[in-house]
Amino acid sequence: MNSLRTSVPVIQVSGIRKTYGRTVAVDEVSFEVNDGEIFGLIGPNGAGKTTTMECIEGIRKPDRGTISVLGLDPFRQVYKLQERIGVQLQQAQLQKRIKVWEAVDLWASLYRKKSIDGERLLEQLGLVDKRDAWFMNLSGGQKQRLFIALALINDPEVVFLDELTTGLDPQARRAIWELVRGIREHGKTVFLTTHLMEEAERLCDRVAIIEHGRIIDIDTPQRLVDRHCPERIVALATDDPTAEERFGAIPQVESVVRNDLQFTIRGRGEDLVTEVIHCLSENRIRITDFRMIVPNLEDVFLKLTGHSIRD
Amino acid sequence: MMLRGLWKLTWIEIKVFMREPLGAFGTIGFPVLVFLVVGRAAGRNVAAPTLAASSFLRVGLPVLASLLIAVSSVLSLVTIISIYREGGILKRLRATPLRPQTILSAQVIVKLMLTAATLGLMVLAGKRYYPISVHVPLFGFTIALLISTLSILSIGFLIASIVPTARFAQPIGAAILYPMIAFSGLFVPVNSMPPVLHAVARVLPMTYAVSLMEGIWRGDSWWPHMGDVAALAVVFFVCTALSAEVFRWE
Repeated sequence: MNSLRTSVPVIQVSGIRKTYGRTVAVDEVSFEVNDGEIFGLIGPNGAGKTTTMECIEGIRKPDRGTISVLGLDPFRQVYKLQERIGVQLQQAQLQKRIKVWEAVDLWASLYRKKSIDGERLLEQLGLVDKRDAWFMNLSGGQKQRLFIALALINDPEVVFLDELTTGLDPQARRAIWELVRGIREHGKTVFLTTHLMEEAERLCDRVAIIEHGRIIDIDTPQRLVDRHCPERIVALATDDPTAEERFGAIPQVESVVRNDLQFTIRGRGEDLVTEVIHCLSENRIRITDFRMIVPNLEDVFLKLTGHSIRD
Repeated sequence: MMLRGLWKLTWIEIKVFMREPLGAFGTIGFPVLVFLVVGRAAGRNVAAPTLAASSFLRVGLPVLASLLIAVSSVLSLVTIISIYREGGILKRLRATPLRPQTILSAQVIVKLMLTAATLGLMVLAGKRYYPISVHVPLFGFTIALLISTLSILSIGFLIASIVPTARFAQPIGAAILYPMIAFSGLFVPVNSMPPVLHAVARVLPMTYAVSLMEGIWRGDSWWPHMGDVAALAVVFFVCTALSAEVFRWE
């Protein structure tokens, strides 16, 4: 992102494989995460996201392959690594009756390096008025914000966030996204997993799409869309009887589907929309509706795997 | 540094435990209550105490109550470990620079402190309400109880390592530990048991715990009880080693 940063990757994963009994959870996974970026591992539940992440965090040992995080071997040098990273685990809980400030205070005491000011952290995360609340009495969003606080308490260089916004309502989700962007602004690298394509699209600088334990493709969301879904769609409504024929005559157009007065025009290339507008004005076609349908990561996933990520 | 983490975690575990609605009473109150109620009932019914009844009041009942203290501490440990594992709390703690043994040590320390505190409460309540006055080497007895608790705790750890879900942890632990008390020689002397039961009692750690605690309570010196201490130590090391092999963090 920032051209001044060094180009040495913060995380290097090369050919890792992890099996549970006969199930292959992760297979030949390789990728690199650069300093200061938000990198997302995206895929459906059970695709191997969490296993991959936990191997990188040093919680699990891959059967084969090598991993390097900040130049450390996550499994052999796990305690050294834990000092320098922050972790939020999927579906983790704390003691039911631990108070918010107690959790922050406990976590602050676990690190060798001087931790950052817990009270200020609670303030930044909007938890000040909950500092004396028991964990069990927090809302889902508050719990996640507390887990972010615990992941940031040691001022880590890399922050791992596993399915951070699962189960949150859209408003809480947006608030969390802002927090994650804030983490990057502070110069930290963020590695996250999500099965929400919107989250990946809005948050991540680069994403890796994983399914059945294998990485299918890695790039920026925009480039993934451009590469796999170059198709553009214009949907409009008109009662002009010549419209169908004229749309069909535009060179970039591949198909025109008509449903009563509604037209769906599919084609390739960035010029499609310009050409359609040009055609409308040249032929003085009056329209009552005009929309562009831009493909997103959801469509990329569908294209690459043949099924929706929600299935 | 790691000591700071251990101390903080232990202190928080104590606070969290005290906030449990039934946790404090169930673990601290129950054994003390058994001690007082049974003691008063026995004391009242036996107008002129026979030798056996007097011996039970003097030694058996206090040791039984102490053993209950130890067992309820252990059951509470088994339950907490299972709940923490199921809730991902153990895993979350492990994803910090905390060493695994520190995380588990904190739980053990909490339970040992709880055991000592309950014993203290029992002694205080006993001074006031117990039918007969008993003079005990309290410091030595506390040590004997802590050694016994530590040994039983290691069995608890082994149970907690194997039991799959938190729901079953407490009942399975109770089903294993309470019968051990029955064969411990507390009610029927081990030497007058039928051969089969005698053999069973000889391999149960509870038997050695009872022998140690009864002896120290009566005022024995430690020297004749080194065999008991050694047996409890063997149980502790074997169970701890086995737990280390099979313990699951999630």
